Amino acid sequence: MSAPATRVDRSRLPDQGPPRRLVFPTIDKSTSPGGLRIWTVRHDAIPVVTMMLLIRCGAADDPPGRDGLAAIAVDMLDEGTGSMSAIDFHDSIARLGAQLDSDIGCDATLISMTAMSRFAGPCLTLLADMVVRPSLREDDFARVRQLRLHRLRQLRDLPRLVADRAFARLLYGDHPYGHMPLGHEAALAGLTVDDVRDFHRSVLQRSDATLVVVGDCAHDVIDVTATEAFAGWSCANGVDRVLGPAPPELPPRLSIVPRPAAPQSELRIGHVAVARSTLDYHALVAANTVLGGQFVSRINWNLRERKGFTYGAQTSFDFRRRPGPFTLQTSVHTTATAAAISESIAEIAGITGPRPVTPDELALGVAALTRGYARNFETAEQVARAVAQIALHDLPDDHFAQFVPAIERVTVDEVTRAASTHLDPARLTTLVVGDHEKVAEDLEQLGLGPLNVLKAEAV
Amino acid sequence: MNIAFAKHTLANGLDVLLHEDHRCPIVAVNLWYHVGSKNEQPGRTGFAHLFEHLMFEGSEHYDSGYFEPLQRAGAAFNGSTSADRTNYWEVVPANALELALWMESDRMGFLLPALTEAKFSNQRDVVLNERRQNYENRPYGLAPMVMLAALFPETHGYHWATIGEIADLHAARLEEVREFFRTYYHPANASLAIAGDVDPANALALARAYFDDLREGPRLGPMSLPAPALARERRLVLQDRVELPRLLVAWLTPPMFAPDDGELDLAADILANGKSSRLYKRLVYKERIATDVSAAQNSREAAGFFQVAVTAAPGHTIARLQAEVAEEVRALAEDGPTADELERGRIQAESQFVYRLQTVGGFGGKSDQLNAYNTFVGDPGYFDRDLERYRQVTPRSLQEAVRRHLARDERVTLSVVPTGRLDLALPDSMPAEVS
Repeated sequence: MSAPATRVDRSRLPDQGPPRRLVFPTIDKSTSPGGLRIWTVRHDAIPVVTMMLLIRCGAADDPPGRDGLAAIAVDMLDEGTGSMSAIDFHDSIARLGAQLDSDIGCDATLISMTAMSRFAGPCLTLLADMVVRPSLREDDFARVRQLRLHRLRQLRDLPRLVADRAFARLLYGDHPYGHMPLGHEAALAGLTVDDVRDFHRSVLQRSDATLVVVGDCAHDVIDVTATEAFAGWSCANGVDRVLGPAPPELPPRLSIVPRPAAPQSELRIGHVAVARSTLDYHALVAANTVLGGQFVSRINWNLRERKGFTYGAQTSFDFRRRPGPFTLQTSVHTTATAAAISESIAEIAGITGPRPVTPDELALGVAALTRGYARNFETAEQVARAVAQIALHDLPDDHFAQFVPAIERVTVDEVTRAASTHLDPARLTTLVVGDHEKVAEDLEQLGLGPLNVLKAEAV
Repeated sequence: MNIAFAKHTLANGLDVLLHEDHRCPIVAVNLWYHVGSKNEQPGRTGFAHLFEHLMFEGSEHYDSGYFEPLQRAGAAFNGSTSADRTNYWEVVPANALELALWMESDRMGFLLPALTEAKFSNQRDVVLNERRQNYENRPYGLAPMVMLAALFPETHGYHWATIGEIADLHAARLEEVREFFRTYYHPANASLAIAGDVDPANALALARAYFDDLREGPRLGPMSLPAPALARERRLVLQDRVELPRLLVAWLTPPMFAPDDGELDLAADILANGKSSRLYKRLVYKERIATDVSAAQNSREAAGFFQVAVTAAPGHTIARLQAEVAEEVRALAEDGPTADELERGRIQAESQFVYRLQTVGGFGGKSDQLNAYNTFVGDPGYFDRDLERYRQVTPRSLQEAVRRHLARDERVTLSVVPTGRLDLALPDSMPAEVS
């Protein structure tokens, strides 16, 4: 067909009208006699259902000296229930074509299952069986612990993980956020299956819990099935445990975990910042977007596109129930290590005052955060994840519906004030995982004080 | 179960695929170029992937980073390169469809006038860093390269990894890179899918407006690559910065969509996918001599390879892992799967197909699938027939496929061992070279 095309104007990019507003679906709610919140959302375009159990029990609930207990307890949940062995249990899931995923963070554990809608009932029963009635057998425990010890050993070779672990310890010390959920060798080696049973009975089962079900299903049906399946699970809603020692006032400013002959240096720069409940949430989200939260951000643009130091660099505020870290993370060519650190610190310092966010930058950041926002709620799993955030952080049901207008209201002044309130260049801690011999001399020129050398085995 | 679509081919050869889905006010724009690292030449590798970077650095009429306008539109976007194809996609709010088409068409038609030596050398540095981060500085990261190099002869386009070889990246000249673009990046070698909250007539009109008058490049015939063959077992060893030794075994297998491809996919599930798979049950759960197992039928356009990987638990030898993997493969070849195992595999396959319908865009979303089927079999509506392949598998056909392709000594066996521990490798392993 040879009809002449309409000539398009390539002299400028086309305009767009305003995007359609997100309509966040209604959450139907009930509570089981045992205190389990049952929240459902109708999402029925595709015959797929996602169920997530959010338990407000995470690595921060590890008792002192028992780092890794919460995670191994969660890991043990799918090791069989009733007469089913671990293999039988997984076979049952596979026969439903379902996907099971357990994810433990500092504040909470999220156990999720996705399946075709026609299997929603049996999936929910399996989910409840594993959480309420896990077998927690000694022999399975020995195997699972051994696998975790092997995993820990392998992680020593993963620069990202080495950096994450060492950085959490540097920032938080003995505070419950100071260790990774996986724990460490010594603590794991000292655990017994009785520790896991106790933890399951007296901590995990007594935590605030919400079951989120999103898909082609009616609330009443889910409520009946879940109430029956979760009978015997009695949650303690709204309870937050008291956390241990405060993070150190001022951690060492510059540390390295030597990794001889590493072709790249893995970097972490940051400090303990702010909790999810902060009233500055939206201003900080906007500030971070400009600083390092998207591709066109000050830090990625500088380190990747201008300097070619790295494949990418990002910043983030990890918003948790207690003040979480602000972190810049990147992996740079070894020869660029010191230069990348000083550029990064200068960018963080800049946004707190000397080079405040400009109206243009904020406009770009706001547009990036808001215009395509609807795509975050396309699948049942995305919606379920959002609803779980509402449950974890006690957010209002219209939080996601209000996100776009709230971000659009943020002003340049608010961004600068929030950045200068919650970011402090003088308190930044820098960690390098890299070739000590090659970078030591350059690092000493940074003016960040003496280089604190950490042992890879110790972190 | 299907993805409803309309297909139009423009005069310059561009396929335009349209799919309506109004659940979410977004549109996916997904563009496949039928070029991957297999189209490169020995000594000149890494070009297809390098373009995945250069395509974001600006074109004649928007000679600046593509990131900013896409971010400003609220887009999610990315690209990826495989041995067989390169894809670029944006997921934009429905009102920004025209912007995405403007930009995709400009870089298809007008990239080279804006491609400078400076952009080229900056992105080469970024790619070298990507290589360091994802391959060189990652445990077992170089093993996939070793496997490809051993499975496919030096002149075969699957011999090298998409990231390219370091020396080639350094040696690449801008003019060669331009020539590569002229050959492969044009309407007749591309497929454009638009899926989501659109009016198809309007979307087609926009696609025509932006793509109809782009230059028509050389029509490329099907690529002919020699069928690879292994005459015998090749045993290799790679020393790496790892704590635990890992065994990789691979056999050459049929290409994607060829007979036995679906059977081998299900065989991989039965052998090593999930905790109820045979190898997991035996090696990790019962005997506890391995920490993890995996298997996959890696089917590509011109050939495939089936690979099993097992990591040894401390104190256990690769030799034992190798013997037990061989036993399980032999058992599957001799006795076939149980009816139960096959039923489980089929329901998992069916579920995966349904899960793929959940999103219009991104990697693996509906727009990506329409393009995949259109590019590789010329029929965007292949979804059902693809699923049917798995429904047709019988215990007998699966057993036969395993017997034909896996129960044989012509394979590559790689031991990845901690540096300095060559004694942990299988006997008679030759040192692997990585360039």
